[in-house]
Parts: sequence; structure tokens; C-alpha cells
Amino acid sequence: MTILRAAPVALLLALLAFAVLGPITNMLIWSVAETWYFPAKLPQSYGFSFWERVFRPQGNAMVSLWNSVVIALFTVLASMVVAVPAGLALGRGRLPWRSFFLLLFLLPQAFPSIAVHMNIARIFYGLGLNGTYVGVVLVHTIQGLVFSVWIATAAFAAVNRELEEAAANMGASPFTVFRTVTLPLALPGLMASAIFVFLISLDEFTGTFFVGVPDITTLPLLLFTASMEGNYQIASITALILLIPSVGFMLFIERFLKSDVLAKIGS
Amino acid sequence: MLTRKTSLILTAPAMALLGLLFLLPLGYSLVWAFRDEELGGWGLQNFIKAFGLYSRDILFTLIIVTLSTVIIGVLSIAISGYLTLGENRVAQAALRWMYRWPLFIPFVVAAQLMRTFLAKNGMMNNIIVSTGLMDQMHAVSYLDWRGIIITFVWKQTPFVALLLAGAMSSLDRSTIEAARNLGAHRFRILLEILVPQAATTLMVGLILSYVVMMSVLSVPLMINAQSPTMITVDMAWRINAYSDYGVANALGFISYAMTAVIAWIYLRQGVREGRRPA
Repeated sequence: MTILRAAPVALLLALLAFAVLGPITNMLIWSVAETWYFPAKLPQSYGFSFWERVFRPQGNAMVSLWNSVVIALFTVLASMVVAVPAGLALGRGRLPWRSFFLLLFLLPQAFPSIAVHMNIARIFYGLGLNGTYVGVVLVHTIQGLVFSVWIATAAFAAVNRELEEAAANMGASPFTVFRTVTLPLALPGLMASAIFVFLISLDEFTGTFFVGVPDITTLPLLLFTASMEGNYQIASITALILLIPSVGFMLFIERFLKSDVLAKIGS
Repeated sequence: MLTRKTSLILTAPAMALLGLLFLLPLGYSLVWAFRDEELGGWGLQNFIKAFGLYSRDILFTLIIVTLSTVIIGVLSIAISGYLTLGENRVAQAALRWMYRWPLFIPFVVAAQLMRTFLAKNGMMNNIIVSTGLMDQMHAVSYLDWRGIIITFVWKQTPFVALLLAGAMSSLDRSTIEAARNLGAHRFRILLEILVPQAATTLMVGLILSYVVMMSVLSVPLMINAQSPTMITVDMAWRINAYSDYGVANALGFISYAMTAVIAWIYLRQGVREGRRPA
């Protein structure tokens, strides 16, 4: 009886495993396939020569990887510079129409972003920002803005006010209270928002597609070009490089985003 | 701690960024859609041209995105329902571990995975052929509209299911237990107790997914860029090949409109339900 009941569940789980893990497995095989021609079901030979091509110091891929990391780091920096003060004000300050401001930052999520991106590219073209690091960093920052502002707001809102009052009562100046109490307590949440923004920037495609051309290639654009040229090994290895931080973040997200902060997001 | 003035000053840089890099280009996209750049002047020329050239793609986009949203909704109800009501702990743990994998995988990576997985000689067909359910002769490539839907569903279901499972697990267990004690089947509990109570979360997740799918460029470019294709591909093509911002912005305007219709239906639903006596 139990076997009869368990069988359909097991079958459905097997189907799900096939659907979720099958495409990932297929990519892993492609990334180590030396030669794989029609109609063979598995590669004729395996090897790492494409890895060597990807990681060759002067190769396209290393330049793209470097571009991606530099752009992502500067995007995190730019996001934090605007999101930490905004999060402090929205989380702890006395702001008129607070929920209106919060909703305003959600707005970019409510419109299909591609139409906005192509007009940013047109504006940037006039300013000479197309194909520059600054231009790409700005586009990535606006993509991540809702996450950085909302998570920073939640992180500051979750800080226990009594601790701040205790420090103030003992004679600490407002800035000392912020530096020694508020900021350290909000730091895990701010880290989570930084990691989120880093990933968004690393994975961003459409904005870079319009603004980065022709000079700036990031990993997603390299992956796209390699795939369209039919170079599935390079595309799969690039996909794998992008996959590792994404899946890692998924597995550890609960450690970065504590439930007390999560409960305050958007409230 | 912070005065109103300080709060406003602290928010100012973020607001300025939002204004310059989102509201301004958004405004331009709405204005330029009605601008005839060849002859000068204003009018609907861009829309007439956009509908003349791409009416099939507009319909195709609407069908793909709507169908994907419906499938994502059904699958995430099934997944979160089993996570909340399932009785087999092992199966629940396996499901919980597995369903979230695509959550943060970027669209461009998902598209590449599917490009190899769904091809005529891809792993999916190979495995189905190996199990004896189909012979090699009947293997077809899924890299067309079906491939786009499969990729969207694969990528977005974990997101909606994660939100929905969170909402369902925070519901009051006592009504579920009461229904169970009265002998209600699990499907009935799911559809008549859990889903209605978590409906707002489900709708928010689905609308966010709808907007995202409406603006993804990499998936249709990599899975199926031949006609008919999605209007995101057409927008990129108008700009890269012709520098035709007029028609591209008209298509962008149409994509806003398709999103607005969905949001309007949702809001109207909310108002109607709000009016009903509790």
C-alpha cells in the first residue's frame, strides 16, 4: 500500500529531477567535450583544451571575466553609496510619504526594462557614455537599485532602537551611535544587499547589450556571442562560471538574509 | 533620531539616480514612440509601421508570455502545495532541495542550457529515445516557441514557488487541520483553503514574472530568433540594424500596454473582492 502511494510521488520527483538537473548536466558535459558531432549521444572525446583557451591570460574570456568583476565591484560601490543613506532615512528617519518613496524604487520592476534600456543607451550615446565602464556601471546600478534600497531599509529598520538609545544616554554623539551601534548591527543585511547587487551586475545582459557595445564585453555577452557562433564548449564553460556564484548564493541565501530582516522587506 | 530634512537629504542621491536613469528614459520612451523622426512632427506613424511589420510578433509575444505565466502558476501551486501538505518527509526534503536550483541562474545561462538540452540531438531527446518511449526518427527540435516557454517556466517557477511556499507556511494551520479532520482531500484543502489565502502573493509573483518575461532579450534571441519571434528581438533589431528608435519605442509602448492590461485586471479583481462583505 505504501509502495503504491509512494510510486507516483517518486515518478514525479524523477521527472522534476530530469527537468531541473538535466539541462545543467548537459552543459557540464558540453564544457568538457573535445569533439561532439551529430548523431552521437555522448561526446566522442573529452578534454580540457577549451578550458585552456578560455583561461588563456590574453584571451577574450579573461578580458570579459575581468570586465565583469570590475563592473560588478563598482556597481556594488555605487549602489551602496546611494542605498545606505537612503535605507537609513527610509528605515529610521522621519520621511513624509515614506511608502510612496519605497514604491517609487519598485517602479523599474513594473515596466518591461528593455524599452527603458534602449533609451538610456540613446541618452548615453549623446553623452559619450556608450561603450564605457561608467555607462555600464550606471545601467547595472539602476537595475539593482530596488534591491539595494529595499534590503538596506529593512536592515536598518530591524536594528533594535533600545540599544541606540542606551548608547545615546551614555553620552555618545549621534554619529558615534551610528558608527558603533546602528551600522554594525545592520551590516549583515547590508552585506546581503551588496551580494545581491553583485550578482545582478554579474548576470546583467540587456543593459550591457545596448550600452556596452562595442567596446565592453562582459561574461553574459561573451556567452551569447560564443553560443550564436555555435561554439558550445566556450559558451558552456562561460555558463558554468556564471552558474557557480548564482547557485552558491541560492544555497546560502538564508545565512545572509536573516528572517528578522526578511520580515521587514517592503514594510 | 533623524529629522525630516536630514532624511530627505539622505534619500536625495538615490532619488536623483532613479530620476535620471529610470524616469527620464521612461519618459523619452513614451514621447519618442509618437515622434516621426524622418518627417518631423508627431503622430501614430510609428505604431502603424510597428503593427504593419510586427503584428504577428506582438500576438506571438502575448501568447508566449501569457501561456508561460499560467504554467508557472500551476506548477508553483503544485510545488508549494506539496511542500505545505505533503505527508512523505523524504519526498518533501528532496523537492525542497531540488526545485530552487534555477532561482538565481541568469536568463542568458538558462537559454544556453536549453539550446543544447532541447535541440534535435539534445540530451532530452536522447534520454527519451534511450528509454524506448520514442524512436530516433520522431525526435524533433524544441527550439521554437515551445523552447521559449520551457526556458521561461524553468527559470521563473522557482521564484513564484518560493514566494508562495513562504506565504502558505505562514498561514494558520488550524483551519487546515480542521478541514483534514472533517475528511477533506488534500487537493481540496490546497485549492479551497491555501490558494485563496495566499492569492495576493501568488498574483504578485506572477505579475513580476510576466513583466520580466516581457523584457528578456537573451532567451528569444538564443532559442528562436526566426519569425515569428518576440517583440524584444524586434526592438533590438530596429535599433541595431536601422537606428529606428521610433518603431522600437512604439513596440516598447506596446509592451508597456500589455503589462498594464494585466496589472489592471489584477487591480480590478482586488477591488471587486474588497467590496464583497467579509
